[in-house]
Amino acid sequence: MNADRAAWEQRSALRVVSPVQPRKLAKVPFVELADGRLQGVVSSGSDIERVYVSSFTAGTHAYSCSTNNNRPCGALPSGSSPCKHLHLLAAEAVLQYGLDRVARYLRVDVGDGASSGADLVSRMDGQVERAPAAMVFSRFLRHLNYLEVPDTTVPIPEMHWFPALGAVR
Amino acid sequence: MIGVQLGELLDAPVPGVDEALDLVAGFDDALVHGFARLGEDRAMALSALAGALAATPLGVRAGEAAEKIIAGSATDEHLTTLAGGRTALFGAVHDALLTRLDTALGRTRAAWEESPSTTAPSADNLLSGCRSWLNELAITGWRGVGHDLVSAADQTIEALLAVPDLRRQAVLLDGLAAELRASSPVGTMDRLPARRWADLWTRALLLSRPGGGHSGSEPSGSVSGRLLILGVDVHEHGTAVQIQVHGILESAGTPPRLVRASVAAPKVDTIVGPALWRLLHRYPVLLGALAEQRSLDITDMPLLDSGDLVWHDDRAGAGEPADPFATARVLLAGALAPAVPPLDRHPVRISEPVLVEGYTTATEGGAVTLDLGGHILAVDVDRLPTCGPLTPELVAASTACLGLIRWDGGWTLQPLAVQATVKRKPVTAHNGDWALGPTDPKVVKAEAKAGDAVAVLRERAGRLLRR
Repeated sequence: MNADRAAWEQRSALRVVSPVQPRKLAKVPFVELADGRLQGVVSSGSDIERVYVSSFTAGTHAYSCSTNNNRPCGALPSGSSPCKHLHLLAAEAVLQYGLDRVARYLRVDVGDGASSGADLVSRMDGQVERAPAAMVFSRFLRHLNYLEVPDTTVPIPEMHWFPALGAVR
Repeated sequence: MIGVQLGELLDAPVPGVDEALDLVAGFDDALVHGFARLGEDRAMALSALAGALAATPLGVRAGEAAEKIIAGSATDEHLTTLAGGRTALFGAVHDALLTRLDTALGRTRAAWEESPSTTAPSADNLLSGCRSWLNELAITGWRGVGHDLVSAADQTIEALLAVPDLRRQAVLLDGLAAELRASSPVGTMDRLPARRWADLWTRALLLSRPGGGHSGSEPSGSVSGRLLILGVDVHEHGTAVQIQVHGILESAGTPPRLVRASVAAPKVDTIVGPALWRLLHRYPVLLGALAEQRSLDITDMPLLDSGDLVWHDDRAGAGEPADPFATARVLLAGALAPAVPPLDRHPVRISEPVLVEGYTTATEGGAVTLDLGGHILAVDVDRLPTCGPLTPELVAASTACLGLIRWDGGWTLQPLAVQATVKRKPVTAHNGDWALGPTDPKVVKAEAKAGDAVAVLRERAGRLLRR
């Protein structure tokens, strides 16, 4: 075991960040586990120009949903239960990262038999608590901005440290 | 590669490699704990690293740098000098390993000749931003890294990405920062990728010197001729993908030589698997040659001193069908290998194309090995990208394999293509088979179900970014 560990610590090409699973991006283009929250951007079902920023906070399981312009989500008056945007966020996060990783991050005890985002939401008992939308939205824009950066054919030798690896087996 | 050659490659450790890597390990351990709190053992490790360089041109400066860092007054210059020392040690290790490999394969390698370099672009503010972040990391040590220190690099990385000449720095720092972010707070991690992060840190620091990172990226001229593809290697982290096509160039008046062609594109972590190819859509001729196994006729394509073609898709035309296995059988043994640019001499970059056949395979606990004339070669089956059809099962069922010989603590074969027998039928699979879209019906269906991630994000970007 110690020999394995020493060999691992002395390798140059390793996977450090767990890969994410492919999923449909149409409804929830952006999901991340960051800043102590599961947070993301959910496209509005009715207005193509509008998106919602939704989040669950780790530990307290407080939840929030508002437009990117910081208007509260109409489906989320205080004291109610999570809106459909939050349900979509949880469902897509479970597809992207796997239930275990999301539950661990949010510190939710999902127990046996849980498998979906709906299971995850049903096992949280938080309250509405406004979280800042602007920060998440700007991170989403930064994320999108990668696709605007031009490709290049000058070799990047540094990428030898980042081999494309197969699925986790 | 035949059994005798493999025997020669694996025969006895390469002299000096373990000793050099021990010195590196001491330095890497210092980076784990931070140069601000070295303690006696790690101070001795830095002195030992500097001592090993005593007889080199770096010697005096490395000695001074180690002394100052141990005394607690590390400056950017001192850190850069020691990073240079670590790089020099890896350079020596790389050379010893590559010489062993070339000798075993009987491969002739061109000598390094540097083309006169043009002046490097000046982006001094940005590069000094990189250096101060890297210095901060070194002083803090990996164990002290948390979200705040990682986020401190965000603006610098964003600015680097906007400058085409600084793409290498941008992609490297972005990859390192993502790993540190995913691992934060690093102090709670059970084990640390100490060698890897020290590699990335060292590399980044040297690339961020004013004028750094340009060696080998000056075209030594342009070439025309027929390019016969051997296979494609894929590199990927959350926000970048690079394909590197290995091939043999036949041009009038020169013997066949090994060359590479690369395309790299920024991406996001949710674009994975066969969708990666869609990011490279501006290179249809190259992708078509991969998918259809064709040769390429190239005209006036710039060639770097490192043996890398700087690909211009409009200077290439699809040629006749060309089987990479046939190319390897006929041309690989006699092809001239390119020189390695001085700064790129690190074992991680060793990726020599070989053809292996006439072996038997063995599978144990997910690991696949090839027995070639009584010598055992480990196959790196982790390194089979999800954007292509190769699987460990296919490798285990194979009878011939085109791949890259790599070294990461030991020699391995990274498959690029295999010929196998599945259900008594011959099957051939190449990493680049899906370059124009997947050909496996099951994968096509899965892709259709998942939708076009690239298109969805581009639509969102078009609507939300420019307002």
